[in-house]
Amino acid sequence: MTIAEFLHMDGYALYVWGAYGVTLAVLALNVILARQQRRKALRAILRVAQRDRSRA
Amino acid sequence: MSEGPGIMTVLGALIRRDLLLALRRRAQALNPLVFFVIVVTLFPLGLGPEPNLLQKLAPGVLWVAALLSAMLSLESMFHSDFEDGSLEQLLLVPQPVFIIVLAKALTHWLLSGLPLLLLAPLLALWLHLPNEAVRVLLITLVLGTPVLSLIGAIGVALTVGLRRGGVLLSLLVLPLYIPVLIMGAGAVDGAAAGLSVGAQLSILGALLAFAVTLAPWAAAAALRISME
Amino acid sequence: MWLWIHKFGSPKYFYTVSGRMLPWLAGATTLLIVLGLYLGLIASPADYQQSEAVRIMYIHVPSAWNSLFIYLLMAAAAAIGLIWNIKLADIVAAVSAPIGASFTFITLVTGSLWGKPMWGTWWEWDARLTSELILLFLYLGYIALQSAFEDRRLAARASAVLAIVGAVNVPIIYYSVQWWNTLHQPQSLGIGVSAIHPSMLWPLLIMAISFKLLYVVILLMRTRAEVLERERNNAWVQELAQALAGKNLIRS
Repeated sequence: MTIAEFLHMDGYALYVWGAYGVTLAVLALNVILARQQRRKALRAILRVAQRDRSRA
Repeated sequence: MSEGPGIMTVLGALIRRDLLLALRRRAQALNPLVFFVIVVTLFPLGLGPEPNLLQKLAPGVLWVAALLSAMLSLESMFHSDFEDGSLEQLLLVPQPVFIIVLAKALTHWLLSGLPLLLLAPLLALWLHLPNEAVRVLLITLVLGTPVLSLIGAIGVALTVGLRRGGVLLSLLVLPLYIPVLIMGAGAVDGAAAGLSVGAQLSILGALLAFAVTLAPWAAAAALRISME
Repeated sequence: MWLWIHKFGSPKYFYTVSGRMLPWLAGATTLLIVLGLYLGLIASPADYQQSEAVRIMYIHVPSAWNSLFIYLLMAAAAAIGLIWNIKLADIVAAVSAPIGASFTFITLVTGSLWGKPMWGTWWEWDARLTSELILLFLYLGYIALQSAFEDRRLAARASAVLAIVGAVNVPIIYYSVQWWNTLHQPQSLGIGVSAIHPSMLWPLLIMAISFKLLYVVILLMRTRAEVLERERNNAWVQELAQALAGKNLIRS
């Protein structure tokens, strides 16, 4: 199968790549949001710690 | 030391009290019934009066309307008791909490489920439902509407402490209503087509048995959590 | 056994152990997904009837399996949290909901995209898609109930009851939809799993396993973040944050 044939998917390109695309997007979003949540939590903790230190 | 009033006495007392309260606000108690009639009326108005079409849609329309009107009156199940603090008091009685739930669900059914049985033949007539199907319709309503009250009780118990819990309640409860809808409307549909509907009715009966045994329990747990 | 549960219920222990497991799990997941995609998109044959469109099955079916699996796990975790008062279980349940809803959403969209070339319509009320739609409503209801409470503990306990009631209803809903579906006879989606050819079964199974692992990875990531947030006043979290900042792993 050539690359062109692969992308074309026998005419079903919209459906196949659409499906895989949506899946990738949603799952990637989940992973990204998870990492963001972690970073947000850590940053908030550090900010509070710094504030306490500067007050002390 | 006396054991206090028995379970049946408490059940009876609660039902009598709630029915009396409902009787005093008669207009409010009639709301779900009027709603039922209006919703059913909307369909011929929206879809056109052609008898064949209405006849085909009748089982689904009647059951969806029954579902929605049962849901509309759910909020009142614990609402007024919650507002004036008597719900907290009720939870302190020595009798198990699921008795309270059972009483509330039964009252809800008496006020919004049972009356549907009286209205249903008239509405079935409007939608040109054949006579054999009307009998089955009544049976499905007798079996199914208590299930709606019982499952609804769980939803109300979960949302009783929330402000504006009304729409959330619908979101929680409607998916759980779907099996009852499928079996109820399916039975009436089958009867209209002249087929035997023993299977659907048995399943409805099973759902009722299931709901009566498990729903009060779940609703009691939810109630205790909500009132913490 | 109780000692193990109690130990595992400790947020710090969970955090350390999951921290060690996560890189391995993530690596395994990536490998399996790549392998599955290769087998599914390239190595496996096109279907006799459906041609290349059958390749959608390799993500549609594993997503569907995940959507159900996650709901049951969510309900189980919620039940554990409710009965034994384990906060970590509450967190696992709460965090699983959006992940499960995502997989349900993916199932519906890929099902629709698979259906259009097969049946000619973007939507068909077949048993699986209809059940998935109802499952999505169950997920959304759970998420909505959780966010309606201000107190986190109350939210966890109330939604636990809902999750358990939902889980009990899932088989009932599934079978009544199946019954409703056979009555009204629309076409069923896809290939029967029993009749599937090995060259198609392997990518399917590998994608299914990799999706389960992916769920675990995302679950651990979000649970860890949630644990950090809730335990932020504890010493071990403070030290951890300082250590990470020291290694410049987070920009302040």
